[in-house]
Amino acid sequence: MILALLRRDLAQFFPFTGSGAALPTVFFVAVAMLFPFAVGPDANLLAKTGGGVVWIAALLAAILPLEKLVARDIALGFFDQLKLRGATEEAMMAVRLLAHWLSFGPPLLLATFPAAALLKIEGESFSILLLGLLAGTPGLAAIGLMIAALTASLRAGAALSGLLLIPLALPILIFGAGALARADPVSLGFVGAISLGLVAIAPFAAGAAIRAAREN
Amino acid sequence: MAPMQATFSFLAAENLACRRGDRLLFRKLSFRLEAGAACHVTGANGAGKTTLLRALAGLTTPYAGEVQRKGALDLVDERTGLDPDLPLGKALAFWAKIDLDSPMMFDAYCERLGLNNLLDVPMRYLSTGQKKRAALARMMIWGADIWLLDEPLSGLDTASQALVSELVREHCSYYGIALIASHQPLDVPGMTSFAIENFAPSDAEEEE
Repeated sequence: MILALLRRDLAQFFPFTGSGAALPTVFFVAVAMLFPFAVGPDANLLAKTGGGVVWIAALLAAILPLEKLVARDIALGFFDQLKLRGATEEAMMAVRLLAHWLSFGPPLLLATFPAAALLKIEGESFSILLLGLLAGTPGLAAIGLMIAALTASLRAGAALSGLLLIPLALPILIFGAGALARADPVSLGFVGAISLGLVAIAPFAAGAAIRAAREN
Repeated sequence: MAPMQATFSFLAAENLACRRGDRLLFRKLSFRLEAGAACHVTGANGAGKTTLLRALAGLTTPYAGEVQRKGALDLVDERTGLDPDLPLGKALAFWAKIDLDSPMMFDAYCERLGLNNLLDVPMRYLSTGQKKRAALARMMIWGADIWLLDEPLSGLDTASQALVSELVREHCSYYGIALIASHQPLDVPGMTSFAIENFAPSDAEEEE
């Protein structure tokens, strides 16, 4: 059942197979493309600020898929049907987290290549940026899943989830972007640790949230 | 479609009480359905039929009392659990992959519910009655021991309504259990029934 569920979730969220699922990646590249137009083509300035812009773009792109992530399947009765078949909410959310990250993390990492080229990020900074995003996106996905599950039963959930994600994602942003500014790979360890912690609690928090959503 | 271990399945509620928000909907509700039994729950809108079914399914925690059951339980309500973006055939196939042992039966169930011509149509283009039939097909594909049906007849044409009664009769003859919440009568011989209003708290109790 887990495999069938993962395949279904992936089909739903993956770019070009799911409905509008490529949007976060496109948005991410669009921000990186607009930034040079806004601040001018000075290569030094771009290289200095570009990494931060990529991180902010990644954070904002993480907000986009939240709306459909959980609420849609609650309204559909999909989780109810899985529950009747004996699946736990935690397992459903763990699968969803994996599918969400797979459909959002790797495409974002690929999109970092053109984004970095546009922002003149090269050499060591580029590898730190890429590693940082690799370490940070699972954490962003985990925060996103928890928020999506918590706000699923609210009417203005979509708008609220964006506001909630930003402060929670701050530690990842600080260490991730900080690693770039100081060319310090040690910070990446912090990003990875924060991500791992978030990934570990997300299925339980999100599972409890959708269980609570049923009760009203 | 014969439910497995059907002879041993049962569904029982003991002293069940459920609330919605702050309001107590019913209390002291007890019943026991043995294998082969069908039961019709009646009640006005908002009396608590859906709440009862969800509590029996274990989806919500009752305010008081206990639900006991043996056997797999399936719930059909207004939410189909079928992906609105997928064609009907693929949406059903997802559940069939989880629930159905023999793929041969898939077509038979779809044909029985008159869905054969609709398998390529995306779920969101289906009418209310067609969606209801799709949900019933999903239920048939699983073939759980205990069926909880929430308004299975709403939105269905006369022929399909007769079909629902027929499916319930068949299910019970195979030692399945069916609990049906509906405003319309079903043609199932030997079906018991109770009105959920009989278990509504009196005004005096509500004051407490």
